[in-house]
Amino acid sequence: MQQTNVLEYLESTVKRLPDKVAFAGENSELTFGEVYEKSRAIGTFLHSKGLYNEPVVVFMEKSPEMIAAFFGCVYGGCFYVPIDAEMPRFRIELIFENLKPRAVICDKAARESAKSFEFDGDLLDYDAVSSGNIDGGALEEIRDRQLDTDPIYIVFTSGSTGVPKGVAACHRSVIDYIENLSDVLGFNEDTRFANQTPLYFDACLKELYPTLKFGATTYLVPKSLFMFPVKLVEYMNEHRINTICWVVSALTMISAFRTFDKVVPHYLHTVAFGSEVFPIKQFRLWKEALPDASFTNLYGPTEATGMCCYFKVDRDFELDEVMPIGRPFHNTEILLLGEDNKLVKDGEVGEICVRGTSLTLGYYHAFEKTGEAFVQNPLNDRYPELIYRTGDLGKRNERGELVFVSRKDYQIKHMGHRIELGEIEVNVNLMPDISMSCCIYDGEKGKIVLYYVGGTEPGELVGALKERLPRYMIPNKVEKIEKMPLTANGKIDRVTLRKKYESENKC
Amino acid sequence: MKELLNILLELHPDVDFESCDTLVDDKILDSFDIITIISEINDRFDVVIPAEEIVPKNFNSAEALFSLIERLENE
Repeated sequence: MQQTNVLEYLESTVKRLPDKVAFAGENSELTFGEVYEKSRAIGTFLHSKGLYNEPVVVFMEKSPEMIAAFFGCVYGGCFYVPIDAEMPRFRIELIFENLKPRAVICDKAARESAKSFEFDGDLLDYDAVSSGNIDGGALEEIRDRQLDTDPIYIVFTSGSTGVPKGVAACHRSVIDYIENLSDVLGFNEDTRFANQTPLYFDACLKELYPTLKFGATTYLVPKSLFMFPVKLVEYMNEHRINTICWVVSALTMISAFRTFDKVVPHYLHTVAFGSEVFPIKQFRLWKEALPDASFTNLYGPTEATGMCCYFKVDRDFELDEVMPIGRPFHNTEILLLGEDNKLVKDGEVGEICVRGTSLTLGYYHAFEKTGEAFVQNPLNDRYPELIYRTGDLGKRNERGELVFVSRKDYQIKHMGHRIELGEIEVNVNLMPDISMSCCIYDGEKGKIVLYYVGGTEPGELVGALKERLPRYMIPNKVEKIEKMPLTANGKIDRVTLRKKYESENKC
Repeated sequence: MKELLNILLELHPDVDFESCDTLVDDKILDSFDIITIISEINDRFDVVIPAEEIVPKNFNSAEALFSLIERLENE
């Protein structure tokens, strides 16, 4: 029978490899057998509470247990919503407001903090719910009821109006993604992943589900190692890591400091990267250190379930060239649409639009927002068919490969994180004594630069922003100015601000 | 030292770098900060911090970082 549920990956692997380690973290590890038992116990518990097809918040430290809790939610026929214990309070409150969860699973470390949030439901202790009874009959009934179009997770992404948007994805699109990604990158039972990305984004799908599918192993790399390149590579060698799917900035952090002169990750044979453009100079250092490894550039928005395009690096590039994002995965199509909503001619720039099963369900509790980005395919006037408009501009090069060009709006990629500059500005403007603010992004140095007019001093402002925004959204340079430059229409003049910034920061 | 404090304060104007000696342990600095600090030190002090010196104890305080720079300048 055709696969319709992501848990079938786990169920076929646990029969073969019950005692193999599936997920290993800093302080603990779980075998496939343990993941299976714990997640089924959690599913049973959620069912006993009468929860079904609704969000369950997982508020835990990054750990193998957090992953078991994810699958537990899916066993219960619910969808998991990962919340990072380090997220600022204000943001978590916004997310709770959107979800209105009736259950939150937390670990000991997050319990005190989780308790302080107001919500109409139960605060569940991971240790208790993951070691309770398993009701196989009830779980079977849930499985029977579930469709592959039912959601399994929601992850929150930056929203330009200041409110994060929850992207909900279903079994079908995740299975489609995992099957095609696995084909392209050639995962198997011997794959040893080192996970870099946080568990509260869709990026971690790349490790979580192929691990279940193949009976591979994922190591959750302690976040602090990404500051210390030699230690990071030593960690990879210690755990014989052979496969990584990381954001570009994590890779360049290693190569830029000439780490390879000291130590090389010599088990590594598969390197996938994405979320940002890989500077060719840094890429060459990687290629030089690992001449036999395969390198794959991945591209895709959260709204189309993980990644939707790939480029297997098959040639050398000039320093000023941009590495293509290549071609869509099997069963996905990319349309490049012009201003007139028609396909652009070859070589012309158009908006990258995604068509196929890979589309997620849309934004949770936000029909209007969903309708703006998930739209009827303008090339099809015969039957309903949705495409997702990414807001990214792209073109095809002379080889027919897709190339990312720029954004249509003020969304940026900073250290692999997708950020709406508008969300930062809204939060700055909410501070007392601030009359105007504007963010620009210095792509070369990777700095978010904030200019503002008001009485507050930069130190005070940044301190207050840390209460409201996640760490990666805090501006890296903050400058108070007397007057904000305005255009003739009275809008903030970003062009003049950028010029001011560039003239003051020339080396 | 003043130059170094400027680099640090530009990144985190809300932090007291003269007294704090747990910049890494308390997660005040993140990986972006470390990368920026190293490249700014390279630009302004003309000192290249080699990979093996990029370890927590050299980044936990402004003072530790400054003595690293001095040590590398004298090498």
